[in-house]
Amino acid sequence: MRKIRSIITFISISTIGFLYLPLAAMAFFSFNRSKYGFTWEGFTLNWYIKLFENQAIIEAALNTIVLAVVSTIISTIIGSALAIGMQKFPWSFKTEKSLNMMLYLPVAIPDIILAAAIVIIFGILRGVSSIFDPGLLNMIIGHITFQIAFVALVVKSRLASLNSEIEEAARDLFASRFYILRRITLPLLTPGIAAGAMLAFTLSLDDFVISFFMAGPKSTTLPIYIFGAARRGITPQIHAISTIILLITVVSVIAAGRLTVKKNRKRWRITKNFVHL
Amino acid sequence: MLYNKEIYSFARQCENFNRRNTVVFRGLKFSYNAANGQIKKLYNKIGNILKNGLTLEGINKKFGETETLKHIWLKAKAGKFLTLLGPSGCGKTTLLRIIAGLEIPDIGKVILGNQDITMMPAEKREINIVFQNYALFPHLNIFENIAFGLKARKFPKAIIKKRVEKKLEVLALQGFENRRPHQLSGGQKQRVALARALVNEPEVLLLDEPMSALDARLRAKVQVELRRLQQKLQKTFILVTHDQDEALVVSDHIAVMKEGRIIQTGAASEVYDNPKTEFVAEFLGAANLIKGEASGEGIKTEIGFLKLKKMPAWINGTVAIRPEWIKIRETMPSINGIKGKVAEIIYRGSEFDIRLQPCNLRVKTSAYRNFKQGDEIFIELAPEELAILDE
Amino acid sequence: MSKIIVWYGEIISEKSLLKRGVAFIAPGILWLMLFLIIPSVLLAIASFAGRGEYGELVWEFGFENYKRLAGFSLFGWTGDYLIILWRSLITAFFITLLSVILSYPLAFFIASRSPKKRYIWLTILIIPFWTNMVIRTYAWFIILAPDLPFAKLAAFLKLIPNGSPLYPGAFAVYLGMISIFLPFVALPLYSSVEKLNWELVEAARDLYASKTRIFMQAILPQTLPGLSIGIILTFVPAIGTFVTPDMLGGAKYMLVGNLIANQFGASRDWAFGAAISMGLSLLTLGSLYFYTVKAKKK
Repeated sequence: MRKIRSIITFISISTIGFLYLPLAAMAFFSFNRSKYGFTWEGFTLNWYIKLFENQAIIEAALNTIVLAVVSTIISTIIGSALAIGMQKFPWSFKTEKSLNMMLYLPVAIPDIILAAAIVIIFGILRGVSSIFDPGLLNMIIGHITFQIAFVALVVKSRLASLNSEIEEAARDLFASRFYILRRITLPLLTPGIAAGAMLAFTLSLDDFVISFFMAGPKSTTLPIYIFGAARRGITPQIHAISTIILLITVVSVIAAGRLTVKKNRKRWRITKNFVHL
Repeated sequence: MLYNKEIYSFARQCENFNRRNTVVFRGLKFSYNAANGQIKKLYNKIGNILKNGLTLEGINKKFGETETLKHIWLKAKAGKFLTLLGPSGCGKTTLLRIIAGLEIPDIGKVILGNQDITMMPAEKREINIVFQNYALFPHLNIFENIAFGLKARKFPKAIIKKRVEKKLEVLALQGFENRRPHQLSGGQKQRVALARALVNEPEVLLLDEPMSALDARLRAKVQVELRRLQQKLQKTFILVTHDQDEALVVSDHIAVMKEGRIIQTGAASEVYDNPKTEFVAEFLGAANLIKGEASGEGIKTEIGFLKLKKMPAWINGTVAIRPEWIKIRETMPSINGIKGKVAEIIYRGSEFDIRLQPCNLRVKTSAYRNFKQGDEIFIELAPEELAILDE
Repeated sequence: MSKIIVWYGEIISEKSLLKRGVAFIAPGILWLMLFLIIPSVLLAIASFAGRGEYGELVWEFGFENYKRLAGFSLFGWTGDYLIILWRSLITAFFITLLSVILSYPLAFFIASRSPKKRYIWLTILIIPFWTNMVIRTYAWFIILAPDLPFAKLAAFLKLIPNGSPLYPGAFAVYLGMISIFLPFVALPLYSSVEKLNWELVEAARDLYASKTRIFMQAILPQTLPGLSIGIILTFVPAIGTFVTPDMLGGAKYMLVGNLIANQFGASRDWAFGAAISMGLSLLTLGSLYFYTVKAKKK
C-alpha cells in the first residue's frame, strides 16, 4: 500500500511539474537581459518597462478588458432573465427540452464551429450594414453568444436548487409579487448570478478562437497579439506580457478563493446535466 | 353533524353544573352556573361556535388525469385542532394547499367564517401554513424570518418588534434572533416556522407534516407542545399527517382520508373507538377484523358466536376489536369467550403483543404475567368493545 | 377565457403567465436564434454553396465541398483531408486518454491531503485551468527551445538536428495539448474522488480482491460521473482545437481546427470551411453520442 502511495505522489508531483515547468521557464526568461536565445545574461526588468511604451500591447489590453466587461454585463442580464424564464414558468416538456438543447449546444460543439457559423452570419449581415465588419462589436456579439448559454445554465442550476416552497411561503406570508422578487428571489439568486457573471468574464478572457475569427485590424486582444507575435518569433517582451497575464490569473484565482472552486464545480455540473440529457 | 354533537355535549356538561340557569341557542338549550363565573366561558364557547371556522364544500381537484380530491366536504371548527390523516398520496397535502390558496379547486368552495375565499389569493387570506420542510428564508436571520409577514403588510416597526419578541418567547427561541436557519437544529427550525406563521395571528394555521423531519423522540415531545400551544392560543389548527399516533395526541377531530376522499370524521376518540371501515380500523391503530353473519343477538363467525352491543345493519359484515381491548381470563368467559393457543409473543417492554391461534387474533396485555409459546389461554371479546363496521 | 391556475402561490390565468414567461426568455432566445441557431443552419447551407472570386459565398448549391473533403479533385483522389479528420479524432482520443491516466493519481493525491492542503493543491491545479490557452501554448516554445536541456538531449540522441527546437511537430502538440487539457479531466475527477465511499474499497480488500479488481470494481464505478464530465470537457475542445496545433505543430501536424481556420483566413474559401465544420460537428456529436450511449448502457 505504501508503495502505491509513493508512486501516486511521484506521478502527481511530476504532473504538476509538467504543468508548471513551461510557465515557470517563461516567467524566468522574462527577466533575462539577453534579447535572443536562452542563455542567462543577468536580471532585468527592462522588458516589463518597455511594455508600457508598446502602443499595440496597451491597445490590445484595453480591447481585452472592454470586450470582457461589456460582453459579461450584457450576457449576465440576458442569461439570467433566460434562466428565470425557463425555470420559473410552466413550459411544456417539448419546449423545455428544445430550449435546453439550445443552451447545451455551445458546450457540445467545439468553439471553432461556433466561430465559423458567426463569421458566416456576419458575412451576410455585412451586406446590410458595415457595422458587421470584423471588429470589436462582432467580437462582443460572439462572446455574448456563448456566455449567455453558460450564464443561463449556472443561474438555472442555482434556481433549481432553490426550494420552490420558499416563494410560496413568502406569498402565504402576505408578500406581493414584486416584494417577493425584491426580498426573496433576487437575494437568493445573487450568488448564482455572480457566479455566472464570473464564469462569463473568465470565459471571455480565456477565449481565443472566437475573437480570432471576428477580430478586425483595430480590435486585437492580448491573446491575439501574443499569438501573432509568437509567429514572428519569440521575444522576452512576449514572455513579459504573458507572465503578467499569468500573474493576473494567479491573483484572481486566489482572490476568488473558494468561489472559484465552486464555480468550476458548476462548469462541470453543467456538463454533467448534459450527459444526462 | 359534528357541529351539533359538540354543542350537545357542551350543553350536557353545563347542565351538570346547575339546572336552573339555561340559555337557548339555535334551538339548543344551554345551562350555566352564573355564580361560578361560568357565564363568560359559556359566551366564549358560543362565540367560537358562532364563528363558523373553515368549511370546505364539495372540493374536487384533478391533476392531469388523476383525481386527487373527490368531493370533499369538511368543517374545521373555530378554535379546534383538526387533523387530516391518511397514507401518502391520499390528497391531504393538496387539500391543505387549497385551503392555503396555493392551489385552487376545480369545483367546490372554501369558506372561512362566512366568506367564500376559494379564489382569494394566498397573500390575502388570514391563513398561514407551516411547510413540511419549513421553507424558512435562508438569507434572512430568525428575527427577519418571523417578521416577514408583518413587514410585508407594512406594520409599524415597533409593533413588529413587540410581536416577534413575544413569539420568540412563547416558542423558546430567545437568543436565536440573529442566527440563520442553517445554524438551527430541526426542532428549532420547526419552532421558527411556527412562530413565523403564528406571529400574523391567522384565523387558521395549517401544518403540513411538520414533524416528519424530526426524530422519533423529539417528535413525541413536540406533539405534546403543539397540543398545548393550540389550547393556549385557542386558534384553529389543521394538521396533515400520516402518523396515527400524532393524530391522536394532538387533535380534537380527525378526518381520515383515502384516495382523495374523506372516509370518516369525528372526535379523535370517537374515530378510534368506532371505526366505520376496515381501512380506518387498521390505519388508526391496530385492529383485529372478524367477519361474520348476523344472527340472533350477534354474529356467527369462524371463531364462534359473538354477541354484539347492538345489531348491525348488515347480514354479512365485519366487526373490529383492538388488541388492547381483548381481555385475558383465567377461565372461559360466559359471553364471547374464546380459547386460543399462544403462537407468537413479542415483548415490547411495557406490554406483550401476543398472537393467538387458531382464531388468529392479536392481543395486547401488560407484562404482569409471563406467557410461553404454546400456552392455552382464554380471552374475552366484550360486546361493548366490538366495533361494528359499516359493511 | 384561459384557465386560471396558481403559480408559486399567485392566482393567474395561464395566458398572462405565458406572456410573462415569454417576456423573460425572449431576449435570450432571440439572441441565440440570431447568433447561434440561424448561423448554424446557415453554416450547414453554406457547406453546399460555392466559392466566389474573393472567397466569398456564392449561392450555387452542390456537393462540391463534400467531394473535396472526401478527397476527390480534378487531379484524382487524395486522402489528405480525411487523414486530417482522422488524425484529429485520434489525437483527441489519445489526449483524453493520457489526461485521464495522469489525472487519476493526481485526483487521489489531492483527495488524500488534509482539507487545508487540499485547497492549496486545488488552487495549484486551477491556475493553469484558467490561464489563457495561447499563453500556456506559448510557454512551451521556451521550454522546448534549442538552447535548453530538453532539445539538447534530443539532439544528443540524434532525434533532431543540433541547434533546432523540439517544435514544430506531433511531439510538441501532444505535450502542449496534454498540459492544457489535463486540468479539464483532473478537476471533475477530483470532485468524484473526494466523495468516494472508501467502505466499498475496504470491503473489496476484505474479500481478497486484487489491486486491479479493487480499482475496476470498487473505485472506477464510483468515479464514473466525474470521469464522464472530464472526458466530454476534454474531448470536445480537443477535437476542434486550433491554437496549440497551429503554434506547436505548424504545417507538420495539422488538425481539422487549423484546416477550418485556414479556410476562413488565408485560403479564403468559406464554403469549404463550412463543409469541414460540418464534418467536425458530425464527428464530435457522433463521438459524444457513441460515448453517452455506451456510458448509459454501463
